[in-house]
Amino acid sequence: MFQAKIRVTLRQSILDPQGKAVEHGIAALGFHSVKNVRVGKYIVMEVHAADREEAERVAGEVCRKLLANPVMEDYRVTLEEMGEKKRA
Amino acid sequence: MASRPRFGVVIFPGSNCDHDAFYVLKEVFGQETRFLWHKEASLQESDVVVLPGGFSYGDYLRCGAIARFSPIMGEVVKFAKNGGLVIGICNGFQVLSEAGLLPGVLLKNKSLRFVCDFVHVRVENDRTRFTSRCSKGDVLEIPVAHGDGNFFSDPDTLKRLRDNQQIVLRYCDQDGAVTESANPNGSLDNIAGIVNEGGNVLGLMPHPERCADEVLGHQDGKKIFQSVIESFMND
Repeated sequence: MFQAKIRVTLRQSILDPQGKAVEHGIAALGFHSVKNVRVGKYIVMEVHAADREEAERVAGEVCRKLLANPVMEDYRVTLEEMGEKKRA
Repeated sequence: MASRPRFGVVIFPGSNCDHDAFYVLKEVFGQETRFLWHKEASLQESDVVVLPGGFSYGDYLRCGAIARFSPIMGEVVKFAKNGGLVIGICNGFQVLSEAGLLPGVLLKNKSLRFVCDFVHVRVENDRTRFTSRCSKGDVLEIPVAHGDGNFFSDPDTLKRLRDNQQIVLRYCDQDGAVTESANPNGSLDNIAGIVNEGGNVLGLMPHPERCADEVLGHQDGKKIFQSVIESFMND
């Protein structure tokens, strides 16, 4: 069993008003050294696959089909092998 | 041979403008209209499919991202690829973009505010089946109500939209001038509505079904539905 940790981020060419708003909030706190804030999504899921290759394939397809819209987003998958959970 | 079109209004979990669309088509225009539940596998012989506004699946992940995989969407995509008429209003437009039936994407409003107000849009193409009742340059007053109506596409797609006359409606002021201040959401080129290359799929952020009843006072939305109905009568 694998745990997939997925980061979905806005492509650099996309205007991010949410990031801008957060940047202003950070500046209001007094941190004027923080610039170019971008807000993305973090998704975690279990992938029950026979091997890492299959887990990568499944996670990639899920990202491309649903989790990320390629017109505006990029994604990155990190896979971690977990032991199978023991059933009670 | 002329025939009266049958309308199908899809309901996704979270759609909330389905009844308004149904009411306008059935009661105001007297057309045969049915609801199509998202889990159904049939469009019930609809000639025109309407994807209404709302918050399908709570706008979770991205607006329309989950609704596009509803069972009925397989039929809608097939129907559209065969030239069937589809109108996506607001969330419906978002679903059509996610489904790849329309290019581009609807991002969060630049202001980050949910805008609920009457706006003006200018008709840029009066030769579509959705705007034949209008003339190029007409200014329509139609309400918008959205937090994610900021249309965006890459430069190549925008060029194609322009070259192919796919931009149907653009936000403008009451005199028809396309200006930044008339743009409620920051959308690229003030785009409010587009059609696909085949001209049979329309996506628009404004709500024509909210201004198509004389009881409510505003009726500019009627022109879009009239255009569709008449295009069947003239077939």
